Amino acid sequence: MALAIAVAVALITLVSVYVFWAHIWWLPVSISTHGAAVDHQFKLTLLICGVIFVLAQLGLAYVVLKYRDRRDKRPVVYSHGNNRLEVTWTLAAAIVFTGLNLMGYRVWANMHFTGAAPGALQVEVQGQQFAYYFRYPGADAQFGPIHLDKVDDATGNFFGLDREHDARAKDDIVTATLGVPVKREIELILRAKDVGHSFYVRELRLQQDMLPGLAVPVHFTVTDEALKHNRGRYEIVCTQLCGLGHYKMRAFLQVMTQEDFDKWLQAQASGQ
Amino acid sequence: MAEAHAEAVHAHAAPTGFIRKYIFSLDHKVIGKQYYFLALFSVFVGTLLSILMRLHLVWPDAHIPLLDRLSPAGAPGGVMTPEYYLSLLTLHGTLMVFFVLTTAPQGGFGNYFLPIQIGAEDMAFPTLNMLSFWVTFVGMVVLLATFFIGDGPPISGWTAYPPLSAVGSAAGPGLALGQTLWIVSIAIFCVGSLLGALNFITTTLDLRARGMSLGRMPLTCWSWLLTAVLALLSFAVLLAAGVLLLLDRVGGTSFFIPGGLIVSDKIIANHSGGSPLLWQHLFWFFGHPEVYIAILPGMGLTSHVLSTFARKPIFGYRAMVMAMMAIGFFGFMVWGHHMFVSGMSPYSGFAFSVLTMAIGVPSAIKTFNWLGTLWGGRIRFTTAMLFAIGFVSLFVSGGLSGLFLAQPPVDVYLHATYFVVGHFHLVMGVAAIFGMFGGTYFWFPKMFGRMLNEFWGKVHFWFTFIGAYCIFMPMHFLGMEGNVRRYSSFTDNFLIPLIPLHKFMSIAAFVTGAAQLIFMFNLFWSMFKGEKAGQNPWEATTLEWTVPSPPPFDNFGGKHPVVYHGAYEFGVPGAAQDYIMQDSVEKVGAP
Repeated sequence: MALAIAVAVALITLVSVYVFWAHIWWLPVSISTHGAAVDHQFKLTLLICGVIFVLAQLGLAYVVLKYRDRRDKRPVVYSHGNNRLEVTWTLAAAIVFTGLNLMGYRVWANMHFTGAAPGALQVEVQGQQFAYYFRYPGADAQFGPIHLDKVDDATGNFFGLDREHDARAKDDIVTATLGVPVKREIELILRAKDVGHSFYVRELRLQQDMLPGLAVPVHFTVTDEALKHNRGRYEIVCTQLCGLGHYKMRAFLQVMTQEDFDKWLQAQASGQ
Repeated sequence: MAEAHAEAVHAHAAPTGFIRKYIFSLDHKVIGKQYYFLALFSVFVGTLLSILMRLHLVWPDAHIPLLDRLSPAGAPGGVMTPEYYLSLLTLHGTLMVFFVLTTAPQGGFGNYFLPIQIGAEDMAFPTLNMLSFWVTFVGMVVLLATFFIGDGPPISGWTAYPPLSAVGSAAGPGLALGQTLWIVSIAIFCVGSLLGALNFITTTLDLRARGMSLGRMPLTCWSWLLTAVLALLSFAVLLAAGVLLLLDRVGGTSFFIPGGLIVSDKIIANHSGGSPLLWQHLFWFFGHPEVYIAILPGMGLTSHVLSTFARKPIFGYRAMVMAMMAIGFFGFMVWGHHMFVSGMSPYSGFAFSVLTMAIGVPSAIKTFNWLGTLWGGRIRFTTAMLFAIGFVSLFVSGGLSGLFLAQPPVDVYLHATYFVVGHFHLVMGVAAIFGMFGGTYFWFPKMFGRMLNEFWGKVHFWFTFIGAYCIFMPMHFLGMEGNVRRYSSFTDNFLIPLIPLHKFMSIAAFVTGAAQLIFMFNLFWSMFKGEKAGQNPWEATTLEWTVPSPPPFDNFGGKHPVVYHGAYEFGVPGAAQDYIMQDSVEKVGAP
């Protein structure tokens, strides 16, 4: 039985490590400027955890095999512990875990501690059961106010705009796809209309919940890499359980050159 | 702390009638078994739900016999709808977290063995004990009732985030009466847990036998004590949060509902000013300690069993106790790591992240000490020991993936993916359940006076150990691919290539699920037909092995045990045997 459990633990360990190592399943392409840093932190964590995983599991397999009851008269090691060892592994674990965490500090700080730079393209994102809608402020760079009583999905007034009376709302552009230019900072203002939703694009390495009553800003810049894959088209999916259609709540992020983006936005504006 | 004696006279007389003996019993041993069987029933239902979910994920058109009888709307013609998937998901999580992981290790084994292991005749408050079980039972009935009412169980998950859980049927099926009953059930459960926690703490502090100093208590007792403290502090908060959510739904208040909501094209006009984030804070203030409520007793049991079958003292007893205290203490300061992407301040996120990484340290200490306990031992591979060894392996695997999720910049990618599902199932699900299996194989002889079949026990172990890894390890790969959890179907393009892996996991789940029938059969067969158990079949040291199997009504037959030794005196040089019972007067070994 000792051999069986030692072999089982060792096999589970080696197969798991192999699958991670061989990238049989792996992170998708990264298309944001902060993505590389996120991936780096992930890989660093994977490396450290991988080493601990292998040492701990193989250590377990070893002691189980080595110290099985051989029915001889060998006495067990009568010991209640060793304070020096306790202090050593406590310190080692504390240093490794804290160090790893601090190394990720800058990645998080860059994503969240500073807002978008002035001049970033602002887009408002509204999550609702079970769709996303996007609003661009238009030429005046200002979003028109929202009137709850004017929200009407049937007529396509998802944001409750009053284009007749509100000057700022007149040139707002509402779309069902999030079109963004490459290499320009984008600031999303995330809102939810009914219940909690989330904005998740794997390739952007970005996930943020959208909660009713809150307007949460996030910012990112898309790299050239985005245009090289999937014709620049990436799925935006909901990760916050939002009701029966949660699994099919999605939209697309369409990455374009600045030129194509300008044309696209103009075409969207003329359709409002 | 002063040591106290059990009262000379048993607090209540042995009952005679069937109802007082088996139903409304005041005997902690009967109540422990009642909790155990409640959890066994819940885990059976909860597993069945997960198997239905795995079935629906990979064969969404499968016709499931009888399911349309249970829910004509949720499974018309026996084919599950996506929303019914969410109902099952909600009930699976709720049953498993509350009625299995919180119930069996503490209410079950804790109730049965805490008094005996510390040398007491019963719990401090037997009537309260009985009450806490029956309150829990009512909570379970209310929860399961959601299957049979209106449009079925709620679809908001075991976390029940508002506004989805607060605005009623407008937001989806199951969110009317089903959601209300869910909250009522959880509130009732909280009351039961609070009563139980009071009892555990008082019993441990006041009823220890002479000589049973805190430092001589088995680690199982320490784990039950600390779990009770966690339960007392966290269930109180969940109870309050549940009442507030209930008031939002039925009392017109707005604790969690902000203004300006438009649900299903209707403006929710009579609510404003609430904060959905407040619920998340309150829920996870309970929810994270809950993880430790589930796992601490498993840690205690694993330590106990490893030492017993390695025939060696526990390595670093004091460090083990301090590690559990540290886990409990830090456990209350890390709830925000469930909320890195919630909209909470990113500065708070970072602070929570530092504290979360800190909680990895005592977990690492425990692992080192378990390996240290095995080191230099003479290991006997009983089924209980196999499950304890499996616990260590699973705890390491599931714990390490926590280091990814504890870091906001990594969590921002992995949050709400299968990576999280794999992580918590391994560490608080399967590892904790391995603790329960270990407990069952270890203590069954004492509880029922008969041995479980070891051969079938080992067969059960192998299926479960390999099976658990086959189900939950691939979830980490899915998470790396960005596979979102709580989806009933593979609608996103990038999910399609992952379906074969999902099929593998589903098949592994069916096999592992089926293997649990071996356990059930072994359990019930051995209860009546198993080999008779002696007083101390494992040659263990603690007080429950000094009394007959099963123990008499007052545990020690009117005697008062006196303790002279620590709980893990194995392999003591110069001792007559390779173990010294705690009440032995032999003058060797550590005091």
